[in-house]
Amino acid sequence: MTLWIFQRLLQAALVALAMAALLFLALQLIGSPVETLLPAEATHEERLRLIRDLGLDQPLHIQFLMFLKGMVQGNLGVSYVFKEPAVALILSRLPATLELALFAVLLSLIIGLPLGLIAGRRPHSLTAQTIMTGSILGFSLPIFWVGILLIMIFSVWLGWLPSSGRGQTVMVLGVGWSFLTWDGLRHLILPAFSLSLFNISMVTRLTESGVREAMSSEYVKFARAKGLAPRRILTVHVLKNVMIPVVTVVGLDIGTTIAFSVVTETIFAWPGMGKIIIDSIAALDRPVIVAYLMLVVLMFVLINLVVDILYRLLDPRIRLQGE
Amino acid sequence: MTAPMLEIRNLRTEFATDAGRVTVIDEVSFTLNRGQVLGLVGESGSGKSVTGFSIMGLIDPPGQVSGGQILFKGEDLRTLPEPRMRALRGNRIAMIFQDPAMTLNPVLRIDTQMIETILAHEKVSKTVARDRARDALGMVGIPSPEERLRAYPHQFSGGMRQRVAIAIALLHRPDLIIADEPTTALDVTIQAQILAVVQRLARDHGTGLIWITHDLSVIAGLADRVAVMYAGRIVEHGDVDTVIRTPRHPYTHGLIGSLPSRNPRGQHLKQITGTTPAIAALPQGCAFRPRCARATEACLAAPPVTQTEGRLLRCFHPVTEGEAA
Ligand SMILES: Nc1ncnc2c1ncn2[C@@H]1O[C@H](COP(=O)(O)OP(=O)(O)O)[C@@H](O)[C@H]1O
Ligand code: SF4
Ligand SMILES: [Mg+2]
Repeated sequence: MTLWIFQRLLQAALVALAMAALLFLALQLIGSPVETLLPAEATHEERLRLIRDLGLDQPLHIQFLMFLKGMVQGNLGVSYVFKEPAVALILSRLPATLELALFAVLLSLIIGLPLGLIAGRRPHSLTAQTIMTGSILGFSLPIFWVGILLIMIFSVWLGWLPSSGRGQTVMVLGVGWSFLTWDGLRHLILPAFSLSLFNISMVTRLTESGVREAMSSEYVKFARAKGLAPRRILTVHVLKNVMIPVVTVVGLDIGTTIAFSVVTETIFAWPGMGKIIIDSIAALDRPVIVAYLMLVVLMFVLINLVVDILYRLLDPRIRLQGE
Repeated sequence: MTAPMLEIRNLRTEFATDAGRVTVIDEVSFTLNRGQVLGLVGESGSGKSVTGFSIMGLIDPPGQVSGGQILFKGEDLRTLPEPRMRALRGNRIAMIFQDPAMTLNPVLRIDTQMIETILAHEKVSKTVARDRARDALGMVGIPSPEERLRAYPHQFSGGMRQRVAIAIALLHRPDLIIADEPTTALDVTIQAQILAVVQRLARDHGTGLIWITHDLSVIAGLADRVAVMYAGRIVEHGDVDTVIRTPRHPYTHGLIGSLPSRNPRGQHLKQITGTTPAIAALPQGCAFRPRCARATEACLAAPPVTQTEGRLLRCFHPVTEGEAA
């Protein structure tokens, strides 16, 4: 297991390196930031000094090494707009995005698992068919449209929930969290729900097909022949098997959810990384864009690693083969 | 005379399929006393498993036991409400399945799967249940049972998994065990071991045993009585030695004729020609008619059950004693 984790870490590092190279290449294609940075009336000397400061006079491979070095040191330059180190800027917005994304994933499990269990247990019932049809809607409705619809219904018409911002936050570990206050939680509900709609549908469908398969399996028939109560069969025998694919897929999807939160954050004015990246793209704020992309890559790699380990822990057949 | 432990009368089970309702087993009747072994024999698809699951009350809609009686210690299981039926399942009536690779839950440890069976029927502490589970593993011949309790199913071989399933079936010393081809998926030496284990335990505990198989040769040394099934009906039923020595139904006769031990070396095995008919499209009259060399016009009607010397038969032209097998 240790050897395996070591191998996976090495793989993760390689993936991160490859992504860094791709990113560097993309930056070369976008072109030099000098023009954006210089005021129109800059002199030739000012221009040359900026080019030297940015290291753009060096050959490409040296530039790449400097790029990597900056990455390892967590120094990707200073935001052109905010005049703050880009990494620090992104990191300061990370908790808001993580909070939103994790809450969305949690919602998808809380809502999707029971719906999938109900639908999978009686596949031909009206309830099951309603749930499965609903899940198709959840899959196909565009996220911005759902967001706007939710705002229209719950904020504008009913006036139940706020439509923008994080609300009141509480400082824990030096960061502000919304979910710890009632006001913050109310602010979290609409964006988190609209972000999780896709995941809810996915978890529902995965659970449903898993339950159907498990219910017709020999081991469930044997469990029934042992005289177990239906409740125990469903919550232990069936659920344990169904959780394996669900946890894997949902875990892997956390990264995508973070990426999708760009849209949600924009609609709900949620002050996370997604909002800042949109602003930075509009302002061509290169260091911030680079910092954001690298952070997302790192998170993807990390999440994959954790899910891989979790999957092994959940499925005894795989866990032991590796030993 | 007390009532027999199990008496099945005219059992009928139907399934709803795309082609409409199909009667899969019909007019199935037999009795079984304590400590007795009944062999239920027939080709694949003849309705053996459905008979077993019908007794267990495990036929799921759109299937249904639609006729007859299942008298277990005098009480008709068909009339029992589900909670009472569940209290019997795994407790007084246990079942062992065909494929040991599929019957144990792959993600639960053996101790979990055994202890839950005990706790489903008895109020004992987990420690007591665990001890009993360990003893049961030892009883079916699993080495170092204490350690093996903590293992997962995939860490056992097929034969060992089947022993675990047998241990689970035996946990409550049931009155009746239905063993549905428990050795079919195993190789021959393991088959013999499993057979010996079940036979010994059933005899020691006075457990009634229904041993389902498509292999008549297994039945010979094991069962007291044998029921031969064809297309959902029992076509011959009687004392095992009598039936095997002098089969009267042409189908049984053919089955025995095709046993390797009955065929001289170097000669092709005698096979019954043709294949099992689809249950949904049974021929009119005797279902065996298209494959039967003795068939006549009379066989276009359904043959009635006849009884001679404790043997039940469903045939118009039974093989007579004089004819060579
Ligand atoms: N759930 C079901 N739905 C429809 N038909 C079934 C079902 N289970 C069994 N059958 C049919 O019942 C017949 C007998 O099956 P079975 O009892 O499994 O045979 P076997 O003697 O091999 O155990 C087969 O023709 C099978 O197709
Ligand atoms: S009833 Fe007729 S067809 Fe059927 S087994 Fe007997 S002889 Fe053959
Ligand atoms: Mg079968």
